[in-house]
Amino acid sequence: MDLPLDYPTLRLIWWGLLGVLLIGFALTDGFDLGVGALLPFVARTDVERRLAINTVGPTWEGNQVWFVLGGGAIFAAWPLVYAVSFSGFYLAMFLVLSALILRPVAFKYRSKRPDPRWRSAWDWALFVGGFVPALVFGVAVGNVLLGAPFRFDTDLRTTYEGTLLGLFTPFSLICGLLSVAMLVLHGAAWLGVKVERGPVHDRARRFGTIAALLSLVLFAAGGAYVAWGELGYQLTGVADMAGSSNPLRMTAEASSGAWLNNYATYPWLLIAPVLGFAGALLALVGLMGRGHPVALAGSSLSAVGIISTVGVSMFPFILPSSIDPASSLTVWNASSSHTTLFIMLVCTIVFLPIVLAYTAWVYRVLWGRTSTAALTTNPDLY
Amino acid sequence: MIDLAVVDLSRLQFALTALYHFLFVPLTLGLSFLLVIMESIYVMTRRPIWRTITRFWATLFGINFVLGVATGITMEFQFGMNWAYYSQYVGDIFGAPLAIEGLMAFFLEATFVGLMFFGWDKLSRVGHLFVTFMVALGTNLSALWILIANGWMQNPVGAAFNPDTMRMEVTDFMAVIFNPVAQAKFVHTVSAGYVIASAFVLGVSAFYLLRGRHRAFAKRSMTVAAAFGLASALSVVVLGDESGYALTDNQKMKLAAIEAMWRTEETPAALTAIGFPNLEARRTDYAVQIPWVLGLISTRSLDGQVEGILELVAVAEDRIESGVIAYDALEKVKADPVDAVNRGTFEAHRRDLGYGLLLKQYVADPRLATPEQIRLAAWSTVPNVPVMFWTFRIMAGVGFLMIALFATAFILSTLRKHETRWFLWVALLVMPLPWIAAELGWIVAEVGRQPWSVEGVLPTFLGASSLTAPQLWATIIGFTALYGALAVIEVGLILKTIKRGPFAEQQEFADRPAPGAPKPRPTGVQPAVA
Repeated sequence: MDLPLDYPTLRLIWWGLLGVLLIGFALTDGFDLGVGALLPFVARTDVERRLAINTVGPTWEGNQVWFVLGGGAIFAAWPLVYAVSFSGFYLAMFLVLSALILRPVAFKYRSKRPDPRWRSAWDWALFVGGFVPALVFGVAVGNVLLGAPFRFDTDLRTTYEGTLLGLFTPFSLICGLLSVAMLVLHGAAWLGVKVERGPVHDRARRFGTIAALLSLVLFAAGGAYVAWGELGYQLTGVADMAGSSNPLRMTAEASSGAWLNNYATYPWLLIAPVLGFAGALLALVGLMGRGHPVALAGSSLSAVGIISTVGVSMFPFILPSSIDPASSLTVWNASSSHTTLFIMLVCTIVFLPIVLAYTAWVYRVLWGRTSTAALTTNPDLY
Repeated sequence: MIDLAVVDLSRLQFALTALYHFLFVPLTLGLSFLLVIMESIYVMTRRPIWRTITRFWATLFGINFVLGVATGITMEFQFGMNWAYYSQYVGDIFGAPLAIEGLMAFFLEATFVGLMFFGWDKLSRVGHLFVTFMVALGTNLSALWILIANGWMQNPVGAAFNPDTMRMEVTDFMAVIFNPVAQAKFVHTVSAGYVIASAFVLGVSAFYLLRGRHRAFAKRSMTVAAAFGLASALSVVVLGDESGYALTDNQKMKLAAIEAMWRTEETPAALTAIGFPNLEARRTDYAVQIPWVLGLISTRSLDGQVEGILELVAVAEDRIESGVIAYDALEKVKADPVDAVNRGTFEAHRRDLGYGLLLKQYVADPRLATPEQIRLAAWSTVPNVPVMFWTFRIMAGVGFLMIALFATAFILSTLRKHETRWFLWVALLVMPLPWIAAELGWIVAEVGRQPWSVEGVLPTFLGASSLTAPQLWATIIGFTALYGALAVIEVGLILKTIKRGPFAEQQEFADRPAPGAPKPRPTGVQPAVA
């Protein structure tokens, strides 16, 4: 079949779409996770907690689809990445799934009984459902930057040499905490625009300010580690960008500081880390000056910048192997076939705008702050 | 070498999580359309009772829906976690329907479901009905794409093995979408969901009528469930997925195992209504047969042949021998990717590669297999006959029982004899049966697919990840504990909601405007202050 786009272009587009999906997840479900992680701290009484929960009550379900779609899209477009990462980070994935299974149930079931112990238990489930995924996603990204301990045999079957505890290194913990700070900031900024003015609103501002400062510090620390911490991989020899998706036909090596090479070649890419810092600063300014939409814009830009920084630094690597760099997964060797990438692109072009359109409509219908008054008169609220 | 303990544990975990997920999904599929019907009546008649009816069943829908969503997350990621080799071997085809499901269906249902619960005060009647309909459409489209993915595992059309990437790749995506097995499965499965939801509404309504509570509410709910349930019960049996069983060797084997038909019979074959499959003697003892019926329903003709297990095993043996040739050629292609002779040999035997791989459960290199191992591998293509035989019969029996149930309900509600006590007891007591049938249906389909992950392409035991047994035990125990606790909580909440009844909410929020009254002013929000 003759396709209007060549294989390297499609691979590049799908690398970009992988970023779009991750950013979509961070921007929408990100504030749900952040609100969950903040819940025990910004809201103390039952009414306060209901206020905070109902800011995301009607939309968390749709937002969560970014996560599920992320799984499906990686499966379809990057099957090797899907297979190697989810089985390689097996127990970490199980932790994330357990937390994310608890979360929807907690949202829905918390309000079904007035018993304070029942509600308090679900509040902690919401906290776990927000904090644990945020932390583990960051730790996972840290490990992707470090390289994961896997290799292929000639049938392309993967074997691993890692353990769950081995995932927690100083660098990956920096990444994990950065991820928590970034999403807590986003959640706090969301509460800033979505919850009525009062104690919850004030506490969200306070915690948001701390999270913004931590984001700046941790992002800088991560950057320093990438520059001087003996991280990085690079391809050796010429990559066949239109070649078969077979990781055995490529060579690569560990190379200290190589995650900065792309910025040396294309300095304009520095816009990604700059956006990461500038967004967090903007959020900080917004939170301190009560400009809440500004804070939300800042936290969003910061998330876009931080996630893009990871992708851009590693390009063309997606998942390097620490024990056998030649087994590393890259944009040029880990994708689906030319045909599948094209079909999936057509589906995305058709359906993603529709999804964005009705999502925007739903947010418009639900526009406005949640209020204490509504909690007593509206039986539909959580 | 593959660790078979890991394979068995991975299969156990997949079965547990899939069967659990499928407790909630069918109710979601059916109840969403029942809500559309009930709310449509409300929009057309504007009678407040129908608003109450819709909102009550929607509350139960919500309690159930959220567990379907939560356990569905596991399903989306478990392929990569536990079946990594499967995922990379067939992800080029299998991943696409899952991604499209997310994009086209899951986004739709999940985005609108929030508005369905929170939007009563914020939308017009028709606007809210539209939202409810989008939820129903989304859940059912979701089932379509999942069953297209599953249908491909049963009948892997439109794909071929690529020796350069060592995996299956798409050759014809339209064939994957319009796979007849997938289409049959879709109709069968969503109909089963409609039956489950109808039986649920019928059973709960019967409970209220037996207690003499909420009679106006219960009678109306019962009428809707009876009509929708009857149509669905007929659909699930008549449009059952037997028609797909003539298509491939594995599907033929599945049919032969369901019928415990050891040898090919003269056409049209008889249907064994009941009997005792005897594995050692390879015959069915005390069989009660109905002439012609099997041939007619499975081939839709008088002269179509239904093949027996022994004949199909002989076919498998030939394909295994051909598969060994394919495997040998593939190994040579791997060593020398440009050699045209070996590629030619591989092409000629490519469709049997999966059969060659079956030998890997006995010997690391299939080329060294003994004739005895080849015979064993050929017999391994027979799924567990007694399990298939009995699960199918119980499932089908429940199917016919459901037709009888809903036909009776339909007649009684048409005659306005809703409160026929013996029938109400029956409706209440048979409530779990369609769930059992649906779970057994999954077993028939997926145990019947064994030993394959993907029919003729990839044996199940090769698909597993390189994990360790302790890792598997950790997640199996973890999922079991988590799912078990959630099941107890869910059932508790459903029972509590049913006990409180459909009018409890109106008593609690008595200061609100009467249900159904127009609401000019949106409550619950204040204008946004930026």
